[in-house]
Amino acid sequence: MREQQIIQFSDVSFQYQNQEDATLHNINLSVHKGEKVFITGPSGSGKSTLGNIINGVIPEEFSGKLTGKITINGQSQNDLDLTDLSFIVGTVLQDPDSQFVGLTVAEDIAFALENDARPIDELHRKVAEWAQRLNLGPLLGKHPQDLSGGQKQRVSLTGVLIDNEPILLLDEPLANLDPAAGRDSMKLLNWLVAQQNLTVIIIDHRIEEVLQIPIDRMIVLAEGRVIADDTPDRILQQNLLLKNGLREPLYVTALKDSGIDVNQVTHLSDLTNLKLSQDDYHKLVTWVQQQKLPDKPVSLLPIISLKNMTFAYPKEAAIFKAFNLTINQGEMVALVGKNGTGKTTLVNLITGFLKPQSGDLFFGKENISHDSVKQRADRIGYVLQDPNQMISKTMIYDEVALGLQLRGINSETIKKRVFDTLKITGLYPYRNWPISALSFGQKKRVTIASVLVLQPEVLILDEPTAGQDLAHYSQMMTFLEELNHSQGTTVIMVTHDMNLMMAYANRTIVLDKGGVLADASPAKVLTDKDIIEKAHLAQLSLQVLAEKAQVSDPIEFAEKFISYERRQASGKSTVIL
Amino acid sequence: MVNQRLSYDVSGAQKSHWVTRLTGMTKILVLLSLSIIGMVSYDTWYLVALTIFAIIFYQSAHFRWHQVRGLLYAIAAFTALNLALVYVFNPAYGSQIYGTSHVLLGHGFFVLTWEELFYLLNMLLKYVFIVPLILAFLFTTNPSELASGMNRIGFSYKISYAVELSLRYIPDVIRDFKQISLAQQARGLEMSKKAGIWKRLKRSTQILIPLAFSSMNKIEVTTRAMKLRRFGTNKHRTWYMAQKLAKIDYFVLIVTVLLIMIGIGLFWVDGGRFYNPFR
Repeated sequence: MREQQIIQFSDVSFQYQNQEDATLHNINLSVHKGEKVFITGPSGSGKSTLGNIINGVIPEEFSGKLTGKITINGQSQNDLDLTDLSFIVGTVLQDPDSQFVGLTVAEDIAFALENDARPIDELHRKVAEWAQRLNLGPLLGKHPQDLSGGQKQRVSLTGVLIDNEPILLLDEPLANLDPAAGRDSMKLLNWLVAQQNLTVIIIDHRIEEVLQIPIDRMIVLAEGRVIADDTPDRILQQNLLLKNGLREPLYVTALKDSGIDVNQVTHLSDLTNLKLSQDDYHKLVTWVQQQKLPDKPVSLLPIISLKNMTFAYPKEAAIFKAFNLTINQGEMVALVGKNGTGKTTLVNLITGFLKPQSGDLFFGKENISHDSVKQRADRIGYVLQDPNQMISKTMIYDEVALGLQLRGINSETIKKRVFDTLKITGLYPYRNWPISALSFGQKKRVTIASVLVLQPEVLILDEPTAGQDLAHYSQMMTFLEELNHSQGTTVIMVTHDMNLMMAYANRTIVLDKGGVLADASPAKVLTDKDIIEKAHLAQLSLQVLAEKAQVSDPIEFAEKFISYERRQASGKSTVIL
Repeated sequence: MVNQRLSYDVSGAQKSHWVTRLTGMTKILVLLSLSIIGMVSYDTWYLVALTIFAIIFYQSAHFRWHQVRGLLYAIAAFTALNLALVYVFNPAYGSQIYGTSHVLLGHGFFVLTWEELFYLLNMLLKYVFIVPLILAFLFTTNPSELASGMNRIGFSYKISYAVELSLRYIPDVIRDFKQISLAQQARGLEMSKKAGIWKRLKRSTQILIPLAFSSMNKIEVTTRAMKLRRFGTNKHRTWYMAQKLAKIDYFVLIVTVLLIMIGIGLFWVDGGRFYNPFR
């Protein structure tokens, strides 16, 4: 080896104590000093487990059978405990909120040094030094919880980097970030790596987003085995991502669909420097010309209207002032905007979770401002972002049946409706499972099922696809769309996912600073650079590709392609579990 | 209620008052030592002196009435109940202590003597002095200062940090509780005033399961995050928020020591814990 190996796994297997099968099988991999390695895989592939072995959480926190040989920074993992490893591997966990331990940003950054019992003046000096380096000065006295998504990410990175571990491990660094904050975080990471000479391991399933920065190597896991370990370019050339339920960058799928030989394409993983031949551009343009534009029906019958609504949290400036918005019956609306701009607040005003200071809410023509949360819920179903806040039963069947039972429906009807819903959401085989055995994505599906079973006329979903891998994502969205078409159910989705918005919404409402910044078709919104910047959205990679190919209408190109992709996906979407 | 967003004030906006400038350690020491001596002593004049001392602190913390109103009402009600019960269970206790019996009114078991009234007055003074002291100290100390102060006066840092974290998570748990309660209502659990109070009470237990799960989940992640940053590996740790004792701290500590010495001295003067005006 030319470069020095910093992590070496030979023949490593791991089986959790309470599970029948091993989660990881005979893993062989090595990471060199200074490399940026991206570990990906569908949910349940064992990628988080692998991360937990690298930072020592396994076997210290989760017991099980760990075999094989692991060397980290020249030492055998057997001789290193969690504490020793924490000097070598700095870990940034997925959920920034629960990893903040300090009351203020400054204390959180200093936490590791405090635990090393370093002198107080050193704590203050180092915190000040790092705050300056990462532009955190004005935030030092704030609660970490009050920061925006991107700022939180910066604080957790700083809190880990402050004691100079040579390896940085990030578990799903892009979860919960708006597209712009996600891109900024990746760029910051890239800059830090160069500055601090770090070795970085990123674990995530958002391939397109992670590949915004140059990655040296991608390791793909599936069912606990390494199925690919190569440069991103070479992995994207193959079809193994889609085959394993992972979404490849959409522009790559577009190239493949239009019959371009991606093996001949240079810089396939780097959209900005991607080079296509004239012939390829031609193929792309002709292919798109053959595709039909999807028709998205529009209705103008108001179903939810907010009239003159004003709302402020106590002792804070008003978020909404005399706010007006109308959602029409049968629409599929994407509610977008940067983190903290009031999307969830708006939804909470509709569901009655929050009470406005003034203004009215109409359902159709009926004023429902004084209806209780429960009364509103009979017609407006709401799936919260965090499934743990909704689940109150231990078994899946009971959880889905709960709403019907509380409404006093007879048990025969309940059984039928629950089974139907479980089948649709792909949970039927699990109906007698305890909920505690499910993954985050599966729990999310349980909560969606538990709301769907009530057959609401309006369905509001906060980040519906968070934690879902590609197969479940398409399946769930196809189902929502069918519901929308056949029953006329109005669907409102709060999301950061531009592809989701483009593929399924027929109307996008962009919130910014308490007002509606834009209210138009997703295509229109994504072609407006000004809106994209203000609302922290992101252009689709397909648009960039279309611009490269000098297609006259990049957004039509993107729309056609996404619609084609969706037809492919819904054709395949038999229940995959 | 529903719209409330809770969190600790860490802005330092209130740091202008001298009470808030005291270090966490000073505050804990004063609170603990004065509470103990105040609980032991029944010297009325001494208790009055402590009350004045406590009120000075309370005044300097510049509370707004609405901040403490609810709590004060609750404490007043509790105190009244407590005094009434002390009287009801043993109306003759005052006479037993002071050795005389000057009847004020009534007769038989519930006879009210001046001695009993005086004893109850002493009890009342204890509450009156301790409540403002607790309010002034705990409400002006954020959890970090408290933890670093506790650690400094000898509590293990793990216990101190546990106290800090649990105080810190109170607002989070309240927030979660509200959110879960609302989510359950959306499922069909009528919790608004449109359902009876008993039903609402019974149904609120349904919220505890998700609350427990989501809290456990958070605790698990947080402890892992702490371990990954080496919490608990060393015998000692330092505190970013550790404060050096200032002149004002020394002054307050000296006054406290003097007060305690006077309190102990009075045991000799009074010939015991009680000041007896009836002899």
